[in-house]
Amino acid sequence: MVSVEDVYHVSRLAKLMISENEAEKFRKEFEDILSYFNILDEISEEVKPTFHVLEIRNVFREDLAKKGLDQDSALKNAPRKEEGYFVGPKVVE
Amino acid sequence: MKLAEWRKLVEENGCLEAISKMLERIEKSKLNAYITVCKDKSLQKAEEYDKSKIKGRLAGVPVAVKDNITTKGIRTTCASKMLSNYVPVFDAHVVERLKAEGAIIIGKTNMDEFGMGTTTETSYFGVVRNPYDLNRVAGGSSGGSSAVLANDEAVLALGSDTGGSIRCPASFCGVYGLKPTYGLVSRFGLIPYANSLEQIGPMANSIEDLILLLEVIAGKDERDSTNAGRSFEFREVENLRIGVVKNMSAEEQIMDRFFDALNGFEYEEIELPSLKYALSAYYIIAMSEASSNLARYDGVRYGFSVPELTSWSDYFSRVRAEGFGEEVKRRIMLGSYALSAGYYGKYYLKALKARTLIIEDFRNAFAKFDVLVSPTMPTLPFRIGELKDPLTMYKMDVNTVPVNLAGLPALNIPLGFIKGLPVGMQVIGNYFEESKLISFAKKLEAK
Repeated sequence: MVSVEDVYHVSRLAKLMISENEAEKFRKEFEDILSYFNILDEISEEVKPTFHVLEIRNVFREDLAKKGLDQDSALKNAPRKEEGYFVGPKVVE
Repeated sequence: MKLAEWRKLVEENGCLEAISKMLERIEKSKLNAYITVCKDKSLQKAEEYDKSKIKGRLAGVPVAVKDNITTKGIRTTCASKMLSNYVPVFDAHVVERLKAEGAIIIGKTNMDEFGMGTTTETSYFGVVRNPYDLNRVAGGSSGGSSAVLANDEAVLALGSDTGGSIRCPASFCGVYGLKPTYGLVSRFGLIPYANSLEQIGPMANSIEDLILLLEVIAGKDERDSTNAGRSFEFREVENLRIGVVKNMSAEEQIMDRFFDALNGFEYEEIELPSLKYALSAYYIIAMSEASSNLARYDGVRYGFSVPELTSWSDYFSRVRAEGFGEEVKRRIMLGSYALSAGYYGKYYLKALKARTLIIEDFRNAFAKFDVLVSPTMPTLPFRIGELKDPLTMYKMDVNTVPVNLAGLPALNIPLGFIKGLPVGMQVIGNYFEESKLISFAKKLEAK
């Protein structure tokens, strides 16, 4: 069972504001989808999980300095910028 | 249009004339397959080609690129309001490779928002229509890339495939589309949805064209830490042992066509018992990875923003509420749920265990067979608006998601038409055995 409170809880975790109508719609859908996922309950706990499909390790490269993005390029898509910085919302109240 | 036909057109009329005609065709098109058309740049490149200034294996060839692959200076939206004004400052590895071979990037193709869908109906820019029936979908999520190929709006195309997003639209539009082995093609510059599942892959109107495009885009790239460092060169393989996967099925008329196509080939049937877990495992993993990947959209560094800078939590929540479409929100929230305290063991960890079982099933199958075949999609292309409920939509990916969980390569081969609508066969191979899939496709074509 999924409650409307559960839906609001994950919406807060995911930083997504949702309306009352959305919350009720998602609640019903989540219940259907999550109960479909219950088929996985029959898998034994003994089975090892696969985190990565190929047995490759992280690819390392030489630790050499390279030219990165210049400041103008890095800031090019920012909705707000000031004196070479991104402008974001206040974090400390 | 096949590459050979394009080359003939160019030889007869010049590249500028051929590109101009194609751009006119795109302008008149009813398919809604492009989000951005690179008109001026394409004309300029065509002119340069005519002056013999461009060399390479794809010189003067118009290639369409899915709009989740970054192109320097060309808007790249992921078909989302969130990125509707995003102009990348770098090229994806595959785009660098296309440019190095002289390709003309003619446009950026429409798709499901962030690749999340099977029909392109979740695109912020509207649905892509099927070239064979405008009331039906072109498939998804790379629906724009398959539609432009079928309608002569490009000669080659790139798509990306997280759970069938190349093979489904290839099947619905009657073109070839390959999801390569995980790690064969660099994901540098592919805007991520579910990193452990997705690959960029080639789409084309002939198997020869697909080989060429794969040879161009495969290869080493140190900017993708999961890149296998391999290149690809096609080698014909003979005496393929064929297995028909019994529990990858489709509606009756498609099964009839599927077995008709196999007529004259020797094959055996095989059942992969763990496939019953594939859809659940796939959606849990994809949603979990999406919830983490899409956390980057905060309205600060790039992307959509709202006018008032309120508190950080309120600001991010409103940016994301307005910038993301419904399916994207659904998957982010379900992913957050699956990873949240108390549910990790029940959902995410169980999905990774299912992944192990599915990989074992495939390993056993490839001890006996070189290629495994099935219908690509369980039905013919859907009518626009036909699939209303999300779970019903997810179930349409039942035949395509297993290979993404295992990291294997799989190819859609067009099998002609039923009632005027395209049908496709999926052929699956072992790791890095793309040549076997292609050899099988050639034998099927020659029959």
